[in-house]
Amino acid sequence: MAKARYYGIAAQFESPDDLMAAVRRSREAGYSRMDAYTPFPIHGLTDEMRFRDERVPLFMFLGGLIGAISGFFLQTYTNAWDYPFNVGGKPLIGYPAWVPITFECTILFSALTGVLSMIIMNGLPQPYDPMFNIPSFARASQDRFFLCIEARDPNFSPTEVTTFLETLNPLTVEAVPR
Amino acid sequence: MSSYEDLDPLPLILGDQTYSTIDEQIADVVIDQKRHNKKTWFMPIGIAFLLVNVLLVTVGWLLYQGIGIWGNNIPTAWAFDIVNFVWWIGIGHAGTLISAILLLMRQQWRNSINRFSEAMTIFAVMCAGMFPLLHTGRPWVAFYWLFPFPNILGIWPQFKSPLMWDVFAVSTYFTVSLVFWYIGLIPDFATLRDRSTNKYQKYIYAFLSLGWRGSAKHWHRYEQAYLLLAGLSTPLVLSVHSIVSFDFAVSVVPGWNITVFPPYFVAGAVFAGFAMVILLMIPVRKMYGLENIVTMKHFDWMAKITLATGLIVAYGYTLELFYGWYAGTKIEHELLTWRMDFFHKPYSWAYWMLILCNIIVPQAFWNKKCRQSYFWLILVSLSVTVGMWLERFVIIPMSLMNTYLPSSSRMYYPTIWDFSMFIGTIGFFIMMMWLFIRFLPAINVFEVKDLLHKMHVQKRTHKEEAVATTSGGTH
Repeated sequence: MAKARYYGIAAQFESPDDLMAAVRRSREAGYSRMDAYTPFPIHGLTDEMRFRDERVPLFMFLGGLIGAISGFFLQTYTNAWDYPFNVGGKPLIGYPAWVPITFECTILFSALTGVLSMIIMNGLPQPYDPMFNIPSFARASQDRFFLCIEARDPNFSPTEVTTFLETLNPLTVEAVPR
Repeated sequence: MSSYEDLDPLPLILGDQTYSTIDEQIADVVIDQKRHNKKTWFMPIGIAFLLVNVLLVTVGWLLYQGIGIWGNNIPTAWAFDIVNFVWWIGIGHAGTLISAILLLMRQQWRNSINRFSEAMTIFAVMCAGMFPLLHTGRPWVAFYWLFPFPNILGIWPQFKSPLMWDVFAVSTYFTVSLVFWYIGLIPDFATLRDRSTNKYQKYIYAFLSLGWRGSAKHWHRYEQAYLLLAGLSTPLVLSVHSIVSFDFAVSVVPGWNITVFPPYFVAGAVFAGFAMVILLMIPVRKMYGLENIVTMKHFDWMAKITLATGLIVAYGYTLELFYGWYAGTKIEHELLTWRMDFFHKPYSWAYWMLILCNIIVPQAFWNKKCRQSYFWLILVSLSVTVGMWLERFVIIPMSLMNTYLPSSSRMYYPTIWDFSMFIGTIGFFIMMMWLFIRFLPAINVFEVKDLLHKMHVQKRTHKEEAVATTSGGTH
């Protein structure tokens, strides 16, 4: 059977605990390419999936760093170099007075980098995803918990995965067409 | 299944709830638009719309005639405009406190009220922004000296001025609050998309949800970004009101140059903001039957925070008196008399009203009965809202009327346009809030589900512990 016809096989669960147990057992059964879909974040789920991505915090830190440098540079350039401006005899580069704007720029750049990197790395906006092909998936944003073992998994075989998922106490098991 | 009352006499979510009952209570307020076709929605927004027209007339007249239509003039260069600016921005701060600081402190009760108060933040900052912008007289020209915008005059803003810090602080605050709010809304837009049956509604919410599908990998990055944004918003909110207070504290005006201003202003902002959340949450909770999700426990805790910040503010007032006395200069002493001499000074009623509204009335919240009664909650919140406005009035124009050079001291009287602009922004705020309640989920759906899940887990471990203690209690 051609793998390409399927995106994967999805099982629907009633509670976060069932989903968590299912993820654990799928991993123990040797499946590595999977994703879970839940209405709210469930802690420990990605650890169970052996998925880890620490790039968002890194980008936010770098964004903050760039923000701090640009904020400080903006004030130095405009008030001390491009148009030297004597205010009450204070030094041209009066850095204590530049702390507030440097700080605000740090926060602004870091926050915007964080949000953008989160959205971009999640591949959003993405109007279409194969998961939307199964009708019951509308409840993944409401009150059901989904696990999908994907076709790109090296151990994937539609019949085996379906039988395996059925042993995990799911509500339904469905093939996800492409 | 027994209800959560067994575990806690006053739980955060009442009744036997499941994830779908939460959707029915929160998300369906937005999906079922017929629920709004009632007096409860049209009455407030109708009145608010009238007030928005008052605002538009005022702004139109202001732009045509110039800021001379306001009562402020030298020496009182700042009056209602800055009073209202500080008042509004202070009200906004409760939203960030609830959404960011309480998140970092793992106060899960915030999950039921954070969306609502974040919306309040955004609309309050919009109202706040109008005042300084219009105080420039011609905002479209002010662009050159508010932002470092390369222009043919070849000049730049003067960055040693607290007013420039203010521009950066407020615009950063608005941007970050808006982004934080939108990020929180994405998963809820997905819920609305999946629940709605109306084609147009589905399209709009699908568009806004960016195609969110609740993937665990997405949640992983989402939570990292959300938590770090909270971590950034926390110092941000403290810095914004500190910088607002620098507008005063960095100057040499008697009554302004006091080092206690930053913490005192921040506490005052939270004080006013929580009062406003209580004031708006009560009617919304009643109108849309959200009693099970926003419970009396929430009001109880919000009242406690109001009381605590009120005491910090009271400490600030005491220190203002102390500094005035300890400065030992004639002008500072005169200012104290100007503020406090009830029988001889024209605006001293404002000072004593402020003490009554901000220090005496909130003490009712020591009593648990008052913290859980609608009457007292509304009374105290109204009193705090008025009191915090008076506080800014006492600090801003009342300090300016009294100058170092006695011959230039002058009384300040607001004009009708000062009042109409203020009332107009209140209308704008209410209109935006009521539109928000109608078209966006006023309570964070996915976070309340998360809270419900955690309460389930908590209840289960509690039961297991109870079993363990009864079976192992013999030795």
